[in-house]
Amino acid sequence: MPGPEPLRIRVNGTLRATAAPPERILLDLLREDLNLTGTKRGCDLGTCGCCTVLLDGRPTLSCLTLAHEVGDRAVTTIEGVTPAAGLSAVQREFVARGATQCGFCTPGFIVTATGLLATNPRPTREEVVRAISGNLCRCTGYTKIIEAILAAAEPTG
Amino acid sequence: MTDAVGPLRLLGSRIPYVEGPLKVTGRAEYTDDMKRPGMLVGRLLRSPQAHARIRSIDTAAARAIPGVHAVLTGDRYPTPFGVLPITHDETAIAVGKVRYLGDIVAAVAADDELTAERALAAVRLDLEPLPEYVDARVGLTPVAEPIHARGLHGTNIQKEVVQHFGDVDAAFAHAAHSVRVRGTFAGVTHAFTEPLVTIAEATPDGRLTVWSATQVPHYLHRALSEVLGIPMHRIRVVKPEVGGGFGGKSDPLPHEIACAALALETGRPVKMLLDREDVFYTNHGRHPTQNDVRIATDAEGRISAYDIDAVIDGGAWSSFGTVTTYYNGVLAMGPYRVPNFRYRGRRVYTTKPPSGAMRAHGGTNIRYSVEVALDRLAEELSIDPFDLRAKNALPPNSTTVNEFRITSTSFAKCLAVARARSGWDEKFRRLPYGRGVGLGCGFYISGSNSPIHFTPKMPQSTVHLKVDMDGGIAVHSMQADIGQGSNTLLAMIVAEVLGVDLDRVHVQRVDSDVSPIDLGSYSSRVTFMMGNAARTAALDLKAQIARGAAALLDCPVDDVEVGHEQFRARGRPGASVPFLDALHRAMEGTGALTASGSYQTRPVGGSFKGARAGTAPAYSFAAYVAETTVDVDTGEYSVDKVWAAFDCGRPLNRLAVEGQIEGSIHMGLGQVMGESMNYRGARLLNPSLLEYKIPAPQQMPEVEVLLVGDDDPEGPFGAKEAGEGPLVATLPAVANALYDAIGCRFTELPITPDRVVRALERRRHEGRPWKGA
Repeated sequence: MPGPEPLRIRVNGTLRATAAPPERILLDLLREDLNLTGTKRGCDLGTCGCCTVLLDGRPTLSCLTLAHEVGDRAVTTIEGVTPAAGLSAVQREFVARGATQCGFCTPGFIVTATGLLATNPRPTREEVVRAISGNLCRCTGYTKIIEAILAAAEPTG
Repeated sequence: MTDAVGPLRLLGSRIPYVEGPLKVTGRAEYTDDMKRPGMLVGRLLRSPQAHARIRSIDTAAARAIPGVHAVLTGDRYPTPFGVLPITHDETAIAVGKVRYLGDIVAAVAADDELTAERALAAVRLDLEPLPEYVDARVGLTPVAEPIHARGLHGTNIQKEVVQHFGDVDAAFAHAAHSVRVRGTFAGVTHAFTEPLVTIAEATPDGRLTVWSATQVPHYLHRALSEVLGIPMHRIRVVKPEVGGGFGGKSDPLPHEIACAALALETGRPVKMLLDREDVFYTNHGRHPTQNDVRIATDAEGRISAYDIDAVIDGGAWSSFGTVTTYYNGVLAMGPYRVPNFRYRGRRVYTTKPPSGAMRAHGGTNIRYSVEVALDRLAEELSIDPFDLRAKNALPPNSTTVNEFRITSTSFAKCLAVARARSGWDEKFRRLPYGRGVGLGCGFYISGSNSPIHFTPKMPQSTVHLKVDMDGGIAVHSMQADIGQGSNTLLAMIVAEVLGVDLDRVHVQRVDSDVSPIDLGSYSSRVTFMMGNAARTAALDLKAQIARGAAALLDCPVDDVEVGHEQFRARGRPGASVPFLDALHRAMEGTGALTASGSYQTRPVGGSFKGARAGTAPAYSFAAYVAETTVDVDTGEYSVDKVWAAFDCGRPLNRLAVEGQIEGSIHMGLGQVMGESMNYRGARLLNPSLLEYKIPAPQQMPEVEVLLVGDDDPEGPFGAKEAGEGPLVATLPAVANALYDAIGCRFTELPITPDRVVRALERRRHEGRPWKGA
């Protein structure tokens, strides 16, 4: 089995120089090598969305992404979408509206919603539902998650 | 200073979860987020056969691999365990036999994942195949090779319950009307998002620390002690944040014990993270079930008898199964008056992943059949389904025929509000073909009156408080917040009683070294039991601080009133002292103040065998209306809206209660619309979240939560449970709505589109039009 190869990866605005074997999965690199444990491991199969990160702003499943294939694209994790002080609008609404129960799926939802609102600041309810359809939540029935994302969106009109 | 708490400032409002900011930023710490120095990777080898005698397991080659630190088989720690003291039939690693495809046969600890996997591949198993028992019914009579020696009379029956109250045969003989429904239910599983995970570390001071994703730290603590042979006081169990449980993290589980065993064996910390497939094999989800429900009534629709039979597929182990067997009968005792009652329930071992407790444990499948039967009765008697239920509602302060003590019930109000809000009278049988409304009702325990391990002489919950110079109040309790908001409720109760802001109250992580025992998150017990314990502890602390306030205000302690962050002297407007000043005065000569409160159930129920099963200090009630639209060509249907009228007594945190109801409806919809553990023989076909589909956001209906409960006389501040009862009414409400939409009865779950199409074809074939179509 080939050993670690040098790897330069831009995570949350910082260029990190590290080394990883060719088969290293981005999720493992983030959680195990870079100690960015906010990104969660729910299934390792791309079915639950708990490991969602942004690649150049686009929600991406880090458990299905090879670390060496990220190249020069920017990786943004839950740690990266969190302001230095306080919470983002999406995070504030998730807290205020009880959109997080056990919280294990929450970072994935926050990242997905952040990606959605960056490209579509005023989504309709249907657009929100479509955007989060790759993220599973077993606690909330999605009701308060959808409410929170809509509340965090820019007011229309 | 009296025990009275004035107008409520926090309780009854909508309080965001105290740990919310940590969860939305990824800063909440779950077990898999933790690392220990020198930590090894633990892995489990699972049986490729469903039922086999273990001839030998050769681990020599696996042990010889560099980087492998330990390879354990069942003979190392063979002591059986189980969540119920009377049915210890599980082992951490299989001993002598494997009992399902996925049973654990070996555990390894290695430097890294790849080495661990190589070690598993190097273990040589020699298994002698035995007959597989996939269908529970086969195990009702003697079998060639019983799965467990403890099966009754050479069968695979784990538990048989036979109960008869009144005279059911006479009631049916004199009945004006009767119906029968036979329900068939596929197994479903919890599908929490955080996989099962444990870290264990044995340290040179002779102690063992176990961090685990568990709902019931205390039962894990006991099982570790029993199996590993270490006294409980030398074991420390810590519960980090838990990513959902729904019952699936309530048994002590084999991987938790195997992980601890590897830590003892290697002297190194070991992390055992199960992959998603392993989580499905661990299961302990809702039992595949067949039930047969007969209901007799008089000519006006008053229920005179229930006659129930249930065959429950337990899978390989007992788990909570003895309780499950009782619950599948006795949880039919409400919300209606049932003067005569007969039940036979049999839980049968099969060579499949073990079934266990899942949200609304034991109350879901029987509720479905009863509520579908009542829908049929209403139609056959030409009585509106709401009127039929109202006519039979259990009154407050009554006793059921099996001696359940019913105190508060707002069931009649649930019915009235659900009927009015849903526009039932304009919709029922009046919506066009393909659209319909249905009613389903619910009843569930607010905690089990009988603690599993203790006699009722021991409290079910204890809460400790400590406050020092800083004025922060530390709260210790082994209640397990798994996302339902119990930490928030604990903080709210303490802050409410003391009159302080919520940010003074710090609920501590569960740690058996410092947390007093609470039996954890199962049986919908936490709000009621922990809530009462917390209230008692807070009242004690308030009385201590009030002495300091009385000294500063120069008034008798009985005249001290709690204000917001201050204490006042009754009858002296403007005379007040800040909370901190009163605290510091009260601490003179004593230092930090501590207080303890506990909750103990009082004896209730009958004295016959099994009388304690289903007894609870209070019960929740529900009436749900679901509205559905069916595509009569494809059989696909949507649930468009659910009106959820629920009696949880006084809702203490409305945000959390709504969240429990919305989440319960989502989970109930999963079971009724599509979730199913599918098997070919004994092989689980869909052990992934891709193939085992929980409802997507697109499938989630609008939910109108209607909280109508009156205060419960014994619940903390009048509250009852809201964690599990909200699930049960969902399933029959949908099934009965489908009947109203298309005239087809469904008695087999899940109701998938292909089953809808077949039912529609059958109805057309029989030439029985429905609503003109």
